[in-house]
Amino acid sequence: MLDLTYETPKIKTIAGAKHDWELVIGMEVHAQISSNAKLFSGASTTFGAEPNSNVAFVDAAMPGMLPVINEFCVEQAVRTGLGLKAAINLTSAFDRKNYFYPDLPQGYQISQLYHPIVGEGEVLVEMGPGPDLGKKRLVRIERIHMEQDAGKSIHDMDPNMSFVDLNRTGVALMEIVSRPDIRGPEEAAAYITKLRQILRYLGTCDGNMQNGNLRADVNVSICLPGQYEKYQETQDFSHLGTRCEIKNMNSMRFIQQAIEVEARRQIAIVEGGGEVDQETRLYDPDKGETRSMRSKEEAHDYRYFPDPDLLPLEIEQGWVDDIAASLPELPDAKKARFMADFGLTDYDASVLTAEVDTAAYFEAVAAGRDGKATANWVINELFGRLKKDDRDITESPVSPAQLGGIVDLIAKGDISGKIAKDLFEIIYTDGGDPAEVVEARGMKQVTDTGAIEAAVDEIIAANPAQVEKARENPKLAGWFVGQVMKATGGKANPKAVNEIVAGKLGL
Amino acid sequence: MSIDESTAARVAKLARIKVEPERLPALAVEFNTILGFIEQLSEVDVDGVEPMTSVTPQRLKRREDIVTDGSQQEAILTNAPDAREGFFAVPKVVE
Repeated sequence: MLDLTYETPKIKTIAGAKHDWELVIGMEVHAQISSNAKLFSGASTTFGAEPNSNVAFVDAAMPGMLPVINEFCVEQAVRTGLGLKAAINLTSAFDRKNYFYPDLPQGYQISQLYHPIVGEGEVLVEMGPGPDLGKKRLVRIERIHMEQDAGKSIHDMDPNMSFVDLNRTGVALMEIVSRPDIRGPEEAAAYITKLRQILRYLGTCDGNMQNGNLRADVNVSICLPGQYEKYQETQDFSHLGTRCEIKNMNSMRFIQQAIEVEARRQIAIVEGGGEVDQETRLYDPDKGETRSMRSKEEAHDYRYFPDPDLLPLEIEQGWVDDIAASLPELPDAKKARFMADFGLTDYDASVLTAEVDTAAYFEAVAAGRDGKATANWVINELFGRLKKDDRDITESPVSPAQLGGIVDLIAKGDISGKIAKDLFEIIYTDGGDPAEVVEARGMKQVTDTGAIEAAVDEIIAANPAQVEKARENPKLAGWFVGQVMKATGGKANPKAVNEIVAGKLGL
Repeated sequence: MSIDESTAARVAKLARIKVEPERLPALAVEFNTILGFIEQLSEVDVDGVEPMTSVTPQRLKRREDIVTDGSQQEAILTNAPDAREGFFAVPKVVE
């Protein structure tokens, strides 16, 4: 059994007409391996090229062409496996999955059915904002195998024809298969988010869902409360309902919608006395329904067999060890370290470690400074400002050194928090060294009590009526503080002003 | 295992090979001959014998992750019965 040292999210239940039903979800995520060339050919993987320009004769399945494996793709798959704490299989092999489709000219996809390169691993899924914030669930990974992507068919350029572009044909994919350990639509999204984060940390997949570089097939079934626990005890699937597979989704929002819609469809069938057919379905976001891909069903006789063009893939333990030694610090470890070393909250640490670049930026600023104050500046001011301009952290006009300079000026008491925001905007727009800008523009906080006293005296002298009122009701002293701040252009140290005003009014 | 005509028709369909109905009986017989031979092989006891994947000790050949191919749209499309604007044009296939 798993060691559960954290709180798990609430299991999603959907009320049917007769019972409450639980959801059981497993996912097959297809992640495009980040590489220059394809899995078995020397053609480029660049997205958005002229149609059929990134195609080698191997990809077009010209007679007599033979596949030669891209070793870097193998390395990336191994790196991914290690990042998911998975077993690496030193011997794996390629099989042909036979089916016909215009964008798959070979008539088969080279995949790894019987001997995948990566075995069992795990992903610790963490729930985002919402009622389950910060709760975690361990989702087991069953396997990862390498396979070829198919091409792209375009159906809307001509009323009678489909247009086929083979640029994507043969690009390397990792299929990451989870166990049915996901228990609701939000968890499914959180799983993809975490997996994507790990892949991006590892640099093995860019995680670009919009371009289809990360997409998921989602297996959904329903069961009555209690049944899932029986499955977990025995690993016997007969305790669970019949699953349907919703194909090829590349949007977090649609994945969640599709799961919910599909679960409701199954509940209606089962409660109506029917049986769910195990089948492949497509989600139609416009209609908000899933529908059967019957044509695919009929062709679902893949007649797998070992690919005679490819010898088994043997890799050496030493090579795997070298890859393991080169792994970066992964999200879970980085987050724990940020909390321990910088005193950050769980939430702040999650936000700052969501992307490698963000984490690196934060660390550069936080080195030798107050972690919590730095986190506030990075998350609230910098992220907010970048978002406004739709900029990435790598495009930040404010460098870590500059932001650190601002944090230092506040810490020293040279500028107030309010002035610091003005200073940040100046640095963001015009650049410059924060300390020099403060000096040059006279933004320094006035801590010279003589100057503040003079300002207070002036305002008291000019407003005798207010003075009377304030002496009767000390709460009105705030008006004087405001006037002094105004008179000094916001540069007076608010604490000093408060004290001097109180003293002068005899409060 | 024995292949009847309907199975032969199904295999032909999956392979996208057009077989006239009158050819199916002969095709089924051919399949059965092949499978009969395979069944004969299945009689050999291979328990504990590692599958042999090559007659000489060979390591799967690898390539480096360098772009060495492509940029030959015209050549790729040369044999296509129909091509337009750089795409293969095929009869409409919509899911």
